[in-house]
Amino acid sequence: MSSVLYETPGPRAKLRNRISNIIVLVVLAGVIAWLIHRMYIYGQFEGRLWRQFQYSSIQRQLFDGLLNTLKAAGLAAVLAMLFGAVFAAARISDRKWLRTPATLIVELFRAIPLLILMFYFYFGNIQFNLGLGPFWAVVFGLTLYNGSVLAEIFRAGIAAVPKGQREAAYAMGLRKNQVVRLVLLPQAISAMLPAIVSQLVVLLKDTALGFIITYGELLYVAKQMGGRLTYGFPYIPTYIVTAVIYIGLCSLLSLLAKYLEGRSRRRRKVTGAPPPSAAEAATSAEAPL
Amino acid sequence: MFSVLTDNWPLFRDGFWLTIRLFVVSGVLSLVLGTILGAFRVSPVPALRGVGTGYVNVLRNTPLTLVFAFLFFGAAKMHLSLPNPYWTAVGALTIYTSAFICEVVRSGVNTISPGQSEAARAVGMSFFQVLTIVVLPQAFRAIIPPLMSVLIALLKNTTIAAGFSVAEAGAIPAAMSERGENQLLTLMWITIGFLILIVPLIFLQRWAERRTAVA
Repeated sequence: MSSVLYETPGPRAKLRNRISNIIVLVVLAGVIAWLIHRMYIYGQFEGRLWRQFQYSSIQRQLFDGLLNTLKAAGLAAVLAMLFGAVFAAARISDRKWLRTPATLIVELFRAIPLLILMFYFYFGNIQFNLGLGPFWAVVFGLTLYNGSVLAEIFRAGIAAVPKGQREAAYAMGLRKNQVVRLVLLPQAISAMLPAIVSQLVVLLKDTALGFIITYGELLYVAKQMGGRLTYGFPYIPTYIVTAVIYIGLCSLLSLLAKYLEGRSRRRRKVTGAPPPSAAEAATSAEAPL
Repeated sequence: MFSVLTDNWPLFRDGFWLTIRLFVVSGVLSLVLGTILGAFRVSPVPALRGVGTGYVNVLRNTPLTLVFAFLFFGAAKMHLSLPNPYWTAVGALTIYTSAFICEVVRSGVNTISPGQSEAARAVGMSFFQVLTIVVLPQAFRAIIPPLMSVLIALLKNTTIAAGFSVAEAGAIPAAMSERGENQLLTLMWITIGFLILIVPLIFLQRWAERRTAVA
């Protein structure tokens, strides 16, 4: 295997790589063994810490937590898409009085920490007695932040369609509305899909912030389960189970994003559809954290 | 409106000072760890690549809040906890952020076509010369803008430490709530504080993007 940094290895380099490989594997095995030993001597493998996962009431609790996570993520995803669509439309508008405030709002919500956005709804609810639970604080916070990021993804995606497309459409006498709706959007969407899906992964992960504002999502349930004396404070077992659930869910979505990316790249090769350059540059610079 | 800030000035000052310290310390540590992991991912040794890939896949798909929770509540069960909440928060932020920095470094190195280093080797440059004269200067251009995004996200992510009894800026609302202060004004001042910290970073990022855009 040749790469930027090294050439295809010859016999000596091959031997060296094989030896390094063995050393790394030994060190890795050592670290894992040390961690397991550590867990063992502090009694983390005792039956009572793990037994609870057999009980249906505990399973139901975990499931309810997961359901709450998915509910918040699902609703926030839909609302964020709407928010993104509206603000992206406003940002590409010809009217300055629409464009400027939309740009400001999108930039503002992207710069504020998500937890602070959630605090606005959480503490605002307490102060004015709005009757909105932590669920809505999580959903609205996620909507504003991810909606703004999505608005930027949509805008960049539309801007990345080659300008000949737009010019040709205008030359045929289409109105701006028609140009965007009939010509630009259909081409932009396939290029944007991977970025949209990876933003949804971010949204799903960020529901865990609900833990801090006492929304009963997966992580909140896990904390409660870990704090139970009867089972010997099984923090490590519960967090391992929770992590597996989160990683599984997010990996599925990430795989979908990768698949969509591969598909749109293949399609592009066949049909010679618009190059992804600007959209992908804009969205990949936006590291999804 | 101003009295909320002036009456509680020490609280705000200490909170934001802690936020800045968290940001700088975990930023530097993540850069170090992330670069090492990035080097793992482009190394010729398959096991090293595996370690890097595994680390990135696990951490990128785990919520940061879970990393925090594990270090705060789980690690203590193995008697592996860090000395105090501040360092535990630094640990969680570093572990999480370095996965993203690793990806930035890897994709930055991968943007350079192998022809570049093949040509460099053909004129007789050593590995170290290829790396420092040919590869890194070009990779740098691809690395800086996304790296700034990661650091901006890190600054925003420090607020999560508030949920784990670290008295940084994100923890101000809870303290102000006990004092019975107006919460929305408190949050407004916190927002302004964060904007003061983040907006220069955003401008720096845009500037870097423009400077490095020359292809």
